[in-house]
Amino acid sequence: MISVTTVRRPARTMATQIYFLEILKGLLITLRHFFVNMSRHVLFELGLSKEPGAVTIQFPDVPAMLGNRARTRHRLLKRDDGTPRCTACMCCETICPAKCIHIVAEDSPDVQIEKRAKSFDIDLGLCVFCGYCVEACPVDAIHMDANDVELSAYSRKDMIWSMPELLGDKKKEAHR
Amino acid sequence: MTAAWPLLKVAAALGFGLNVAGLLAWAERKQSAVMQDRIGANRAAIFGFKLWGLIHMLADTIKLLTKEDFVPKGARKGLHGAAPVISLGFALLCLAALPFGGVVEVAGRSWSLQPVESPVGLLFVLAMLGLGVHGVMMAGYASGSNYGLLGALRGGAQMISYEVCLAASLAGLLFIYGTLDLQQAVLWQGRHAWGILVQPLGFLLFVTAGVAETKRAPFDLPEGESEIVGYFVEYSGMKMGMFMMTDFVESVVVAGLVTTLFLGGWTIPFYEPHGALGAVLMLASFTVKLFVTLFLLMQVRWTLPRFRFDQLLHLGWKNVLPLALANFIVTIWAVYLRSRL
Ligand code: SF4
Ligand code: SF4
Repeated sequence: MISVTTVRRPARTMATQIYFLEILKGLLITLRHFFVNMSRHVLFELGLSKEPGAVTIQFPDVPAMLGNRARTRHRLLKRDDGTPRCTACMCCETICPAKCIHIVAEDSPDVQIEKRAKSFDIDLGLCVFCGYCVEACPVDAIHMDANDVELSAYSRKDMIWSMPELLGDKKKEAHR
Repeated sequence: MTAAWPLLKVAAALGFGLNVAGLLAWAERKQSAVMQDRIGANRAAIFGFKLWGLIHMLADTIKLLTKEDFVPKGARKGLHGAAPVISLGFALLCLAALPFGGVVEVAGRSWSLQPVESPVGLLFVLAMLGLGVHGVMMAGYASGSNYGLLGALRGGAQMISYEVCLAASLAGLLFIYGTLDLQQAVLWQGRHAWGILVQPLGFLLFVTAGVAETKRAPFDLPEGESEIVGYFVEYSGMKMGMFMMTDFVESVVVAGLVTTLFLGGWTIPFYEPHGALGAVLMLASFTVKLFVTLFLLMQVRWTLPRFRFDQLLHLGWKNVLPLALANFIVTIWAVYLRSRL
């Protein structure tokens, strides 16, 4: 079914043509914004209110605020016993369009699991943050929810994150 | 001391104008930021003191002063250098004629707080404001660039059009005051009523024409910061800074004129200033009124979008000028009929 909606444009009445009343209306809006925000600023500066006057986040000074579903740096997940969930199936390495995941597999001591990753490197300097690796993983071993966006480093080598760093066992030092 | 007093007053007036103009550059950023739910410039700091972004003005000045002063090939060197000086100079001169205060008796003699006392003060201010257009035209012509020239032509057309409106919108008021002396105009308002109550239409027209005369948004077509190339496109460093300062100083002048002619100047309702305290209060009253006017001008600047050029000339010649003349004629009749009563 196609339905037609007629959008009524605001008519050019005498009042709008004179323009002056419209200016006054506009001024009232901007003045209201000014004084409401200004009083918030003042109350905040005086410590009387917790609510800041503007929604601006002063990013390098204050940590970035990310949405709940933000797609950020990768994270490798662990099982309940603390071993990495990854079974080195290579699905993520295969699907990765940027070819930035490099996995070396080895035998797992647990025969039920068969394989595990010996090393698992992601070169974030190449990653395009498409999220395919997360989609591809059959065992839910990789997520992109580390909520870390400050990833820059001084060298390309430092952009490569190794398995302990992705697991959160070791802090990534080089890029800070 | 007596001989140096007028010079001192003029110097103080110019210093006042330049400082307020500098403050305006800060106010423009911060006011627009607060109005638009932002924070505004707040990074520059001296020893950790940010002073709500005031330090940015210092940083900007240092930047402008140390930038390369580039004169393009094909520019007329002398005129190119003279244009910003003429623009800023004439704008500053206007300030000398504004009555910052009345006459007070201190230490056995009377001191006038108006830098240059002249029976034709208003004409002087209007003439100096009008001469500012020379700086604009000169800048466009001397840069040797067609874009600059076109910007200057826009500026010239706009400023000359609104010069007419500016004077015409004041005509009725001057008829009522019966003087061109700004000090007398203030005294008249002290005795009777503020100009804005006597001539509300004249006030609106004057503010409109004044904003256009200072080339600020919504009438900022001559320069059109980011979108259309303006007359100082070939200027850099402090010369560009001087053009920017000119706009702010002219805003101060227009706000000063509005204060003087429509808001009762330095007068304080129901109070007769005496002595040193009176002098301070007069200056404070003038400054407060000036700042309120500047605040409103700034708010208008951040509320309205820019006019198209034909709309601008339309507004000037077909609306503001006829209204101003009608206002004048009605005022003359009213004054005449009143004198017959
Ligand atoms: S997000 Fe995309 S580009 Fe980055 S590692 Fe995963 S699959 Fe590769
Ligand atoms: S898809 Fe999952 S299980 Fe397979 S190698 Fe990648 S992270 Fe490991």
